[in-house]
Amino acid sequence: MRIEKRAVPSRRLQLAAPLLAIAFTLLVSSLLVAWAGAPVGKAYALLLEGGFGSTFAWSETLTRATPLILTGLSAAVAFRARLFNIGAEGQLYAGALAAVALGGLHGGAGFALHPALLLPAMMAAAAVAGALLLLGPALLKSRLGVDEVVTTLLLNFIVLLFVSMMLDGPMKDPTAMGWPQSVVLQDALQLDKLVARTRVHTGLIWALALAVALWALMKYGTLGFQIRAVGANARAAAFAGMPVGWVTVKVALLSGALAGLAGAIEVAGRTSYVTLDMSPGYGYSGIVIAMLAALNPLGVVAAAVFVAGILVGADSMSRAVNVPTYIADVIVSVSLLSMLVATMAAQYRIVFGRRAAHAG
Amino acid sequence: MLAETFELLFSLPFWVAVLRIATPLILGTLGVLLCERAGVLNLGIEGIMVAGAFSGWLAVYHGMGLWSGVAVAALVGAAFGALHALLTVTLSLSQHVSGLGLTLFATSLASYGYRVSFPKVNSPPTITPFAEMSALPLPVLNAQTPLTLLALALVPAIGWFLMRTPAGLALRMVGENPAAAEGQGLSVAAVRYAAITAGSALMGVAGAFLTLAAFNAFYFNMVNGRGWVCVALVVFASWRPGKALLGAVLFALFDALQLRLQQSGSGLFGIAVPYQVYLMLPYVFSIVALVLVARRASYPQALMKPYRKGER
Amino acid sequence: MSSDTVLRLSGITKRFGSLVANDAISLDLGRGEVLALLGENGAGKSTLVSILFGHYVADEGTIEAFGQPLPPGQPKAALAMGIGMVHQHFTLADNLSVLDNVMLGTEPLWWPFSRRAAARAKLVETGQRFGLGVDPDARIADLSVGERQRVEILKALVRGARILILDEPTAVLTPTEVESLFGTLRQLIEQGLSVIFISHKLDEVLRVSQRIAILRGGKLIAVLPAAGADKALLAETMVGRQVQMPTRRPREPGATVCSLRDATVQSADGRKLLDGVNLELRAGEIVAIAGVAGNGQQALAELLFGQHALHSGRLELQGRAMPARAADWVRAGVARIPEDRHAVGIVGDLPVWENAVLERMATPAFARAGIVKRAAAQAHARQLIERFDVRGTDSMGLDTPTRALSGGNMQKLILGRALMGAPRPRSTAADPPGGSGPAWGGPALGPGGDPGSDKPATLIVADQPTWGLDIGAVAYVHQQLLDAVARGAAMLLISEDLDEIFALADRVAVLHNGRLSAARPAGDWTLADIGLAMAGSEAEHAH
Repeated sequence: MRIEKRAVPSRRLQLAAPLLAIAFTLLVSSLLVAWAGAPVGKAYALLLEGGFGSTFAWSETLTRATPLILTGLSAAVAFRARLFNIGAEGQLYAGALAAVALGGLHGGAGFALHPALLLPAMMAAAAVAGALLLLGPALLKSRLGVDEVVTTLLLNFIVLLFVSMMLDGPMKDPTAMGWPQSVVLQDALQLDKLVARTRVHTGLIWALALAVALWALMKYGTLGFQIRAVGANARAAAFAGMPVGWVTVKVALLSGALAGLAGAIEVAGRTSYVTLDMSPGYGYSGIVIAMLAALNPLGVVAAAVFVAGILVGADSMSRAVNVPTYIADVIVSVSLLSMLVATMAAQYRIVFGRRAAHAG
Repeated sequence: MLAETFELLFSLPFWVAVLRIATPLILGTLGVLLCERAGVLNLGIEGIMVAGAFSGWLAVYHGMGLWSGVAVAALVGAAFGALHALLTVTLSLSQHVSGLGLTLFATSLASYGYRVSFPKVNSPPTITPFAEMSALPLPVLNAQTPLTLLALALVPAIGWFLMRTPAGLALRMVGENPAAAEGQGLSVAAVRYAAITAGSALMGVAGAFLTLAAFNAFYFNMVNGRGWVCVALVVFASWRPGKALLGAVLFALFDALQLRLQQSGSGLFGIAVPYQVYLMLPYVFSIVALVLVARRASYPQALMKPYRKGER
Repeated sequence: MSSDTVLRLSGITKRFGSLVANDAISLDLGRGEVLALLGENGAGKSTLVSILFGHYVADEGTIEAFGQPLPPGQPKAALAMGIGMVHQHFTLADNLSVLDNVMLGTEPLWWPFSRRAAARAKLVETGQRFGLGVDPDARIADLSVGERQRVEILKALVRGARILILDEPTAVLTPTEVESLFGTLRQLIEQGLSVIFISHKLDEVLRVSQRIAILRGGKLIAVLPAAGADKALLAETMVGRQVQMPTRRPREPGATVCSLRDATVQSADGRKLLDGVNLELRAGEIVAIAGVAGNGQQALAELLFGQHALHSGRLELQGRAMPARAADWVRAGVARIPEDRHAVGIVGDLPVWENAVLERMATPAFARAGIVKRAAAQAHARQLIERFDVRGTDSMGLDTPTRALSGGNMQKLILGRALMGAPRPRSTAADPPGGSGPAWGGPALGPGGDPGSDKPATLIVADQPTWGLDIGAVAYVHQQLLDAVARGAAMLLISEDLDEIFALADRVAVLHNGRLSAARPAGDWTLADIGLAMAGSEAEHAH
């Protein structure tokens, strides 16, 4: 039995892949729901309702989706260039910290700048923080061949400790009665709500805009073209004269910046200050989302909403029935793996029988 | 601080702590080593350790013996390993993505299982863990559990296996030049399946150590990145079991040192340093080790390259 | 089968798609004999022995070894029957020791310990018996190429091989190592082994073998005794067929476009890939480099693609020294056609139109302010596809993934990309009033009045441009190249196909071991001359 690449990916299977993946995922998770002793049908209904069944549900889902879109985009652009950025979690926190440093310090009034200037400056700082954090591992990879997976992973832990240090010290909120949380962003810098009495904020618009921008870049921009070429066949890209090393650096900066922005937007839109638990693994989820979306920026939006809906729905479901919220992560990870297998089926075919051959 | 550190290095209880911290790292690193020597990166280790910790502990909680619990953890690890092998060897999926997906899957499955089994408890239920081997006449070892002894024994055992048995040679060859192995009549796929499954079993045992020896209950986040550290340590160890032991001990040394320094409160060279800096040190050490070794690293040459039979 | 025949191949046929690699080949091998398989690249020699060793399965035919039928498709079975193979590309693990590499597969996997001492003794003893001394504990990566080959041979001998296949063994050896190898072969024969020796080098084949089997185009042409064989006849049989020596319009070559003076290129480990090469490429002239693969062609091509730097000597394009930066070469108007279209020529996952402008996407013609001028690029691609007859884009149009194209069409795409060059920028004095023409720029007529091919290429570097193509595609590619040269380009053609060389070239030089012969006019070469030069026995070369 051999796996052989198809010349043209099977269109039918390509379209069917996500559906097959979801079907398989539902199957596996229903086993888990049954293990918890809850009625499977009811549990799924509650899940869907909790995530997508009412305006409130949607508002929660979209709130959750906002940072996920951004970390998803971060992973999508990096993975497209075969730069495996696993450090989005740390880059997110770095961005959040930078945002609060600029916009929250000095008694919550920030620097004495007009908010119209400060807001973009704040976002820029967050983007820069995230970008620089990824630049290190990227350079280590291209110059010294150090695997970026491990370096970015370990950096996550280091960054989180650094944030903890800042929250205990220079950036601590003096009015928070000892809780390790940062100073609060000034009101003028906090993002407006999109819908009254919900948590959805304008950060969602920014995230959607960035998704469209990234999609446009990948499709219409010269850099996007170079990223795709380098990721697909670096040898041919080099032969054609593309500056492969430079492209990798730009990808690193872009990917890190997106993750940093995720942190800043979370702070400015949802929490208004930084805590150690403000991200329940958004960075890692972003990778899953990017894979589910087949690295397509617009697909990332859909995948992020899907994952966010599952997470929110699982929360609400677990309150009603005795199914632990962790089922959400199980659903997400099984979707990822089955999506990979299904996509593979579209791109490759199984050949049985003896070696048939390649011209020698 | 220097005097303090010196004093510490000569105190027995310190080394007891070092060895205890090092044990899961030794086991995990050996597990990653087996997979990577065969040419496959297994990023599922973090999740497999969690799954091993949970399943081993659950087995003991339900009345099985401690060693049976270890066996259960090993089996669970092997099962996840087999899944990883299916995805990366047979289906030739990206080893990075498959591993990361596996970590998420195993971790969430374990957490889910824990919550389903114990829905209403606030503090985790405990079991009686492995007892120290106080009967042993050796100084630092008699304060350790049998699992530590197992880990230490596995180092030369795996070294022997790799260097002195036909199966170990086959494993190494498959990670260096699969075509050569195929040309001598071996099945690359079969060898890789075996290596990944065995390595993942070790990872499961590494996790079980946490719940059955180091602590006596299962906590969320108890693995806390140790799996990733193992991945870095393998590179530092140049894929050799002896150096893996050294790396694990060095890392544990850092970890134990920063714990003590934190507690003593005397700061680094007299300057008061936040405790987080101490906690960072082991991770920083791992990255530095990676960078130093990177240039000279003699990777298993077929690492991360999927092998498709018949392609020349 | 007489007791003196150790191997019999009967009617071996092997097809890869529409290519017949082996066509009903029947061959015998006697005990204590060295049989040479002689032929050019692509003649089918490697395929035949791969079938023998079990890497491939023949479509038709049988093999008998020592009177027993050989089960097809299993190296294990071949090894068990005493057939050993020394591959052209060594199957050795660099990071492991000699002993490790030799021992692999010789012991059952479930044994708890390796009998290393015994294996070591056997290795040393075998080495002594056949004159192949090697240190069992040395790491392969530390060994010279000649020593590595000895290990490959020992691998087979230790497993009890009685028939040894050597696939182009001297391709990577120094002259001293070659002598050493021949001594080894003599010892093997004395001990009763039989050897199949694959080579394209006439001198060696004559020295070492008893009989010579000549393969050409997948068929076994002749089996001749080595004693008293006429070298010229052998060469001609090996390469010769109806070669059209075209009637060429003598062209006056123009100015020198590119020159190499005493150029030396080294590999990463210090080996000389090109050794003191002198070459002049002039406008309107085609210079072809003949030679069997592995004699420096890749280094020469990479040098002129802008991908490899000179170690010493001078390289000038249009009178200027050029850096080893591919983008600069592209901008200088060099049309480059790489040897490996799949791995280097195109990015398979990208659509056809993006590959059509792969080299020039970042130039002002196709991009402005970081945004791709899609319409311009796609128009260019459409033109390219039409002018160069690229087929296979019917169902999905310009968005067809390039991977889906057949080899021939992929090559036409690459050819078009290289030859069509850069469109002139919009505002030029050459725009006719009214500016009717393609959106991407003036309708500018290049020299020769050819619409749509502005800024013609100054130099064409074509590396095996028709490898693997069918006759129709070959003819097409050749015509395009000739047309481009007629418009004033200089061209360097690297090819293993003598038909192609003599159909196109004005002057021909031969590469052997990194040294380039003088580039004589095509008409001055006879077939025999060329064959001899390719095989390394031309008088001009020190041996």
